[in-house]
Amino acid sequence: MTLKNRNLLGLIYMTPALLFVAAFVLYPFGQLIYTSFTDTSLLGGGKWVGLANYIKIFFGDPTFWKALWFTVKYTLIITPILMILGYLLALLTAQNDRILQFARGVIFMPVVIGLGTSSLLWFWLFDQQVGLFDKALVDLHIASKMIVWFTNVDWALAGVIISVTWKVVGFGMILFVAAIQSISREVSEASMIDGASYWQRVRLIYLPLTARTVLLVTLISAIGSMLAFEQLYIMTGGGPRGLTFTSVYWIYQNAFIKFQLGYGAALSVVLTAIIMVAAAIQIALTARRATQ
Amino acid sequence: MSDAAISTRAVAVREDRVVGTRPAVRYLVGAIAIFISALMLAPIVLSFFASIKSSADASAVPPTYLPYSFSFENYQKIIDYQAGLWTYVGNSLAVAALAIVFVIVLAVPAGYGLARFHFRGKEVLFLVLLLPLMIPYQALLTPIYLMFAKIGLANSQIGLAIIHTILQVPFSVYLMRNGFEGVPKELEEAAVIDGGSSFQCFTQVSLPLVLPGIVTIALFAFITSWNEFLAALIVMNKETAFTVPIMLVSVRTGHLGAVDWGTLQAGIIVSIIPCIAIYVLLQKYYVSGLLSGAVK
Repeated sequence: MTLKNRNLLGLIYMTPALLFVAAFVLYPFGQLIYTSFTDTSLLGGGKWVGLANYIKIFFGDPTFWKALWFTVKYTLIITPILMILGYLLALLTAQNDRILQFARGVIFMPVVIGLGTSSLLWFWLFDQQVGLFDKALVDLHIASKMIVWFTNVDWALAGVIISVTWKVVGFGMILFVAAIQSISREVSEASMIDGASYWQRVRLIYLPLTARTVLLVTLISAIGSMLAFEQLYIMTGGGPRGLTFTSVYWIYQNAFIKFQLGYGAALSVVLTAIIMVAAAIQIALTARRATQ
Repeated sequence: MSDAAISTRAVAVREDRVVGTRPAVRYLVGAIAIFISALMLAPIVLSFFASIKSSADASAVPPTYLPYSFSFENYQKIIDYQAGLWTYVGNSLAVAALAIVFVIVLAVPAGYGLARFHFRGKEVLFLVLLLPLMIPYQALLTPIYLMFAKIGLANSQIGLAIIHTILQVPFSVYLMRNGFEGVPKELEEAAVIDGGSSFQCFTQVSLPLVLPGIVTIALFAFITSWNEFLAALIVMNKETAFTVPIMLVSVRTGHLGAVDWGTLQAGIIVSIIPCIAIYVLLQKYYVSGLLSGAVK
């Protein structure tokens, strides 16, 4: 077999996956952009309307901007919480002692549960009548009476953040533990001999040497938060007064509840543009890690 | 990452590295870790307790933490819910099984092609396979929904499995590429000298060696598919086609606005069990996959 043929074989092995991505990612993406310039609805339509949908987004849809702002606010609040708690948990459990390994396993467990399921679980825990989280707060004298979480924007946001933190904090923790454990023993021991205190070591050795993992997890968390849907759909239903819609929720609402697929497509294009930038950085980081 | 094999349990050689060795500190750290573990477990344990209460007790105001009655009433109700629990579990399992097959059929050869061959444009094609990371599937659901409606894949398990496969392609290809790159080339070259064809090298020499990687991508495909919510909500709008997460929302919506909390808890437990069982049994594969392929 000639070398050229042999390398052609590599392409053949990749063909099924490439065709799949072409059919179910690239083609729909082209359709998405095309649809965004039409007035397609579930009832028909499909007339070319030029930039009308985009003009509507930028000048005639304050709810979208409110939703985008809410999504950004949610992302800006939850991302640092996840990073800091995740890192503290990693520092706490990074040793391979049996109790700590068990704790890592337990803290990570909610990551494998569905976000829809965990949101329903917390919807129950937060209920003002039967919610045991509320009851625990009252019993511990943290709250004076059962809290009504989802009729006030700030409480709703707090509730969603608590529930999502419970669900995903273990993800960052596991990646941070691996990064901390891969710091060479010599570096760690040398700093101990130099008389560095524990927090000095964390600040001067662990954090700098795990910075790239921290950045990677930050990006993964931020992208996930910018695409938030289930937690709001289930816990707040977008309320009160439409103030807790996220970008994805607003797209869903337009495309699949109001059946304005053309407009939903235009909203999706705007969202994709935002996500692409973050994802490109994430891939660049991962690729660099892989070549090391 | 070189430490791909660190699981939450394994590798016991590195000790005394992060926290000091003083016994008092160690006990304190252990106690805090146990306390946090208890907090993390509490929601699931409380949900389980609520699920085995009688239906009336599960909705009682004020609620109790512990079950003071014991009953399978809630489980019976979820089993009999609408089209029946097994219809929904069956839908979810069928979609997940299809997604696993699709992911393996696509990602294993692609990873092999990327790892073993060198041709112009290879890295560009690799990036094409990573595209689902950059174009969020949430944005693609509108055109995919229109496409599926046209070609008869609405309310179809194959259709939903295709969407779940899109989600898993980047991670799975990346993982399989790394896996095949870890198999020494010499092994295959020896097989060629012994007269094996290229395809035989692939199936008989390399494939068995990357089996752990295949288990990992299958595992992730299952968990993603079993848990996925938005696409299932959009594509599976016929009641008998619901997957488990959509069934749960339907249980929650309930009748006349009153939530049947006990039935909901039983449903939640049913939806959690496969994930936790797989996680506990295959933790090694799960965590190593997460560490070596945190691209998703």
